[in-house]
Amino acid sequence: MRQRILILDGAMGTQIQALGLSEEDYAGCGCRHHAERPQKGNNDLLILTQPQAIEEIHFRYAMAGADIVETNTFSATTIAQADYGMEGAVEDLNREGARLVRRALDRATALDGRPRFVAGAVGPTNRTASISPDVNDPGYRAVSFDDLRAAYGTQVRALIAGGADLILIETIFDTLNAKAAIFACFEAFAEAGRRLPLMISGTITDASGRTLSGQTPTAFWHSVRHARPFTVGLNCALGAAAMRPHLAELAGVADAAICAYPNAGLPNAFGQYDEGPDETAAQVARFAREGLVNVVGGCCGTTPDHVRAIADAVADLAPRTLA
Amino acid sequence: MTRYLRLSGLEPFVLTPDIPFVNVGERTNVTGSARFRKLITNRDYAAALEVARDQVQNGAQILDVNMDEGLIDSKAAMVEFLNLIASEPDIARVPLMIDSSKWEVIEAGLKCVQGKPVVNSISLKEGEEAFRRQAGLCLAYGAAVVVMAFDEEGQADSFARKTAISARAYRILVEEVGFPPEDIIFDPNVFAVATGIEEHDNYGVDFIEAARWIRENLPHAHVSGGVSNLSFSFRGNEPVREAMHAVFLYHAIRAGMDMGIVNAGQLAVYDQIDPELREACEDVVLNRAPKQGGTGTERLLAVAERFRGGVREEKARDLAWRAWPVEKRLEHALVNGITEFIEADTEEARQAAERPLHVIEGPLMAGMNVVGDLFGAGKMFLPQVVKSARVMKQAVAVLLPYMEEEKRLGGGEGREAAGKVLMATVKGDVHDIGKNIVGVVLACNNYEIIDLGVMVPPAKILEVARAEKVDAIGLSGLITPSLDEMVTVAAEMEREGFDIPLLIGGATTSKVHTAVKIAPSYRKGPAVYVTDASRAVGVVGQLLSAERRGSYVEGLRADYAEVAERHARSERAKQRLPLAAARANALKLDWAAHRPVRPGFTGSRIIDGWDLAEIARYIDWTMFFQTWELKGVYPRILEDAAQGEAARALFADAQEMLARIVAERWFTPRAVVGFWPANAVGDDIRLYADEARQVELATFFTLRQQVTKREGRPNLALSDFVAPEGAGADWVGGFVVTAGPEEASIAERFDRANDNYSAIMVKALADRFAEAMAERLHERVRRELWGYAPDESFTPDQLHAEPYRGIRPAPGYPAQPDHTEKVTLFRLLDATAATGVELTESMAMWPGSSVSGLYIGHPDAYYFGLARVERDQAEDYARRKGMELAEVERWLAPVMAGRVDTPSSRAA
Repeated sequence: MRQRILILDGAMGTQIQALGLSEEDYAGCGCRHHAERPQKGNNDLLILTQPQAIEEIHFRYAMAGADIVETNTFSATTIAQADYGMEGAVEDLNREGARLVRRALDRATALDGRPRFVAGAVGPTNRTASISPDVNDPGYRAVSFDDLRAAYGTQVRALIAGGADLILIETIFDTLNAKAAIFACFEAFAEAGRRLPLMISGTITDASGRTLSGQTPTAFWHSVRHARPFTVGLNCALGAAAMRPHLAELAGVADAAICAYPNAGLPNAFGQYDEGPDETAAQVARFAREGLVNVVGGCCGTTPDHVRAIADAVADLAPRTLA
Repeated sequence: MTRYLRLSGLEPFVLTPDIPFVNVGERTNVTGSARFRKLITNRDYAAALEVARDQVQNGAQILDVNMDEGLIDSKAAMVEFLNLIASEPDIARVPLMIDSSKWEVIEAGLKCVQGKPVVNSISLKEGEEAFRRQAGLCLAYGAAVVVMAFDEEGQADSFARKTAISARAYRILVEEVGFPPEDIIFDPNVFAVATGIEEHDNYGVDFIEAARWIRENLPHAHVSGGVSNLSFSFRGNEPVREAMHAVFLYHAIRAGMDMGIVNAGQLAVYDQIDPELREACEDVVLNRAPKQGGTGTERLLAVAERFRGGVREEKARDLAWRAWPVEKRLEHALVNGITEFIEADTEEARQAAERPLHVIEGPLMAGMNVVGDLFGAGKMFLPQVVKSARVMKQAVAVLLPYMEEEKRLGGGEGREAAGKVLMATVKGDVHDIGKNIVGVVLACNNYEIIDLGVMVPPAKILEVARAEKVDAIGLSGLITPSLDEMVTVAAEMEREGFDIPLLIGGATTSKVHTAVKIAPSYRKGPAVYVTDASRAVGVVGQLLSAERRGSYVEGLRADYAEVAERHARSERAKQRLPLAAARANALKLDWAAHRPVRPGFTGSRIIDGWDLAEIARYIDWTMFFQTWELKGVYPRILEDAAQGEAARALFADAQEMLARIVAERWFTPRAVVGFWPANAVGDDIRLYADEARQVELATFFTLRQQVTKREGRPNLALSDFVAPEGAGADWVGGFVVTAGPEEASIAERFDRANDNYSAIMVKALADRFAEAMAERLHERVRRELWGYAPDESFTPDQLHAEPYRGIRPAPGYPAQPDHTEKVTLFRLLDATAATGVELTESMAMWPGSSVSGLYIGHPDAYYFGLARVERDQAEDYARRKGMELAEVERWLAPVMAGRVDTPSSRAA
């Protein structure tokens, strides 16, 4: 970590899309979680219904140079799975999700001897704790801190049980959701009797330079600093070029390692990402040359090729020095 | 990473060593503010949010929220208020202090804030275990803490106990809980001094010394306290309390206290406290033996009586300043607004000066700078500044002939102004009090003002701006059509290549409108929204400063781009109903249960025989103070600790002028009122020629709310309050009142006499007279003219809260924003002939001190805001009204939905 920039993996969604799976493939058979509703699009469920395919994607990222590989559990909370009626599968998803990554990484390590780490991915859910969905009732909240804390608690406990090495709270658009996740991690760590390193990653959703819930990057850092995270950073949203000033602000104030994993540019009119591996890698390498980052990877639209290009581009560049 | 206290709301706050003292806003605390407590018990959260907003705008760096009151469900109120604050970006930008003596209330609050707040407070009161648990939770929720010097034995009152408890708490927090020491704030308890009880005498010293000890011995920790406790024994004597607080803070801050719950408006400035009072305060705070003998408490009690009631009486009695050197006398006259001796003093200064100009540039400007500084620091209020300006103007008037004479003889250049600002009320609008006040305040700060008056067409504004080479243009307007006029002026400035700052102000203007509509039309120069007169000097100063302009404008543009973007986003997010769906959710009143009363007459009638003294009894003084930017409720505002002195002086001056208005009959009030048989037809109110209801006389067209409503809330139109066709007979009324056209000529006379204070005063009073007439006339309508509430008996003061039955909505205001409905109203009443009131091209009423409206009598009728109108309704409305769609959209522009022009989409 002090010697070189660590590499995080890339997008799951793009790889899963490429598999061209059908509803049957998603819902699977023999799975003990019976689906009442259509499951196509419930990518997290593939952990249980298409484990080989998911493990293969993790393996490809590991071989592309990723030191840290995320579980496919972005939406594996009771809150996010409620849309699919799959709340009951949440514990299995996270535990098996962590095991899948562990297996893939062990295979890769067996080939090249490099150690790798499983990051238990914790997403923002599809609800916001500090914004009202009803414009006529600004005091109303669709989800409470305690709802989130319980949902995240279930997820994090299962990730730990499945062998996650660290927890990555990512794509944070509402810091209050993230604070509930941090609180749940503290509780889960206390029960487990050990503290896993935390990675925290916000997302700046528009050109105003603020999170969806309105915080500036520095205010966001002040709000999550009590987690004493191993890294803090930004992901998703605007692509590397637009991310740079916000990342620089964060790097200027945070006494934690900095992690950045942007999208492959902005989506085009068809929702696809056009930026090629070299383009994304060149911009991420710029972060590194400016001394802004310790961990880099890719978000939406990136592929194992992107990750390989990023790993190559930053291989000889020094990580940001920690104060 | 340096160990600073780092908090956040939407924006970060870092307590760095260059911040000597953090002011924690305390008005959103039910235990400290009776007003806030009342708002919360009445569940008036909208007004409660305004209290919070005011504090942030007035510079509170942290906002303390406390709901500890027996009659309130504190936990629910805390959650509700914090959630509401989260939806107000201009409040939520600062960090919060979650203040309660109940842990469950604190914890509920911690679950609502995304930023890093401060918990106020935890302590060792219930032992180490509870303390450790609560501290651990604060850490897990991500909060800093205030720790009270309180343990199992009770609250610490001595230096020894304060420091021992703080040290013990610090050790537990840092060593056992792992709490970051920079996130700990100790409150070593401020207690009352000078109580007459000897054991209390050292409380001030105990706090100050404990603060010093904590900062020296407990690394990175901070010290805070609630200062107002100190002076409890002097309740009722605000000047002395303020002095005690100032003296205490002066010493405590030097000892290391770096945070406090203080009402910044209620603080004297240490250096400006009368030396005798200051010394007496210092004796009690520092527990010293007075030089004069006796105890500190006796000494302060003796001195205190003389300062009760404050500087006002001092001034009346004390003419000692007349013995001062002339420069000092001029300054004193300016700061205190005294015109009595100004001509003689100015003449004396002129004779001593080499040139008359030197008197202006020397002592007069020096005096005005003091005024500007005090105003900027919130220590003087608007009416006082306007009075200072009057003194200045009269002094300059003395010098002017000599300066002209000097010029004629070919000597010397003129006076160097800080900049030239053109001010105008836009075409079609007649309201100018706000504009005049801004002009006066700017003139006070050495700007040259070119005031073009009211109803100024764009061409005139640009022509004068070019000829006079002005440095900035200020536009004002009160009615909604003026918003479009301002856009027109902005676009014309762009077209003609101007790049000077354009300032926007007035009741209907807003930052959003400026950002979304005006700024994009004027890209060559900055367009700036100015909230009120007190902001004008700062804004213009920045804009005209060569060094600061660049960064200021850049910040402004970024800010406005963000405001516009946020506005566009919220517009997109808003769900509105198609007109048909909104109509399906109209209010359905039970017309079988309510039989409307037939008015005493139908048709229109002129109401004369107005008694000015009687009208005056109906004046809403709260609104009068608002005109002068003194915010508070009459009569309580007269006793307000911060603004009370300014308010009392203003009120006395107003009463004096009022007496003359009545005695000398300055105004000629006129009014007309009418009632007509009416029924609702869809969203329209149809008026009939007679009770047969066969012949249509006219139609009042109304608009319906199209916002998605919560279950059970109707989408209102004014027509819902009138019985629909077939549901029986109903009536509506209408009225126009005016205080008369005299205000303009009287104000002009005052201006010519260099008395802008009285000029603004007479206009402000004329406005109040018109509103008071509307109130009084409405009362007569209810009791006799329409007569549906003959037994009603409210005092004039009670009427301001609108406890009565029925409403008087005005065209152009929130329930019906279409100003052109006034045309129908005026025609029905033949109002221009009856009252002399005319409508301008923007449908403003001239004279400005006029009020019009409809009368609706249904007991369930109430005022509402239309919010936004969709295009389908605009089309329907245009068809019903027989007006071009484009024209409808123009009149309704401020409320038309979907007309969101973001700067990016407008880029040419």
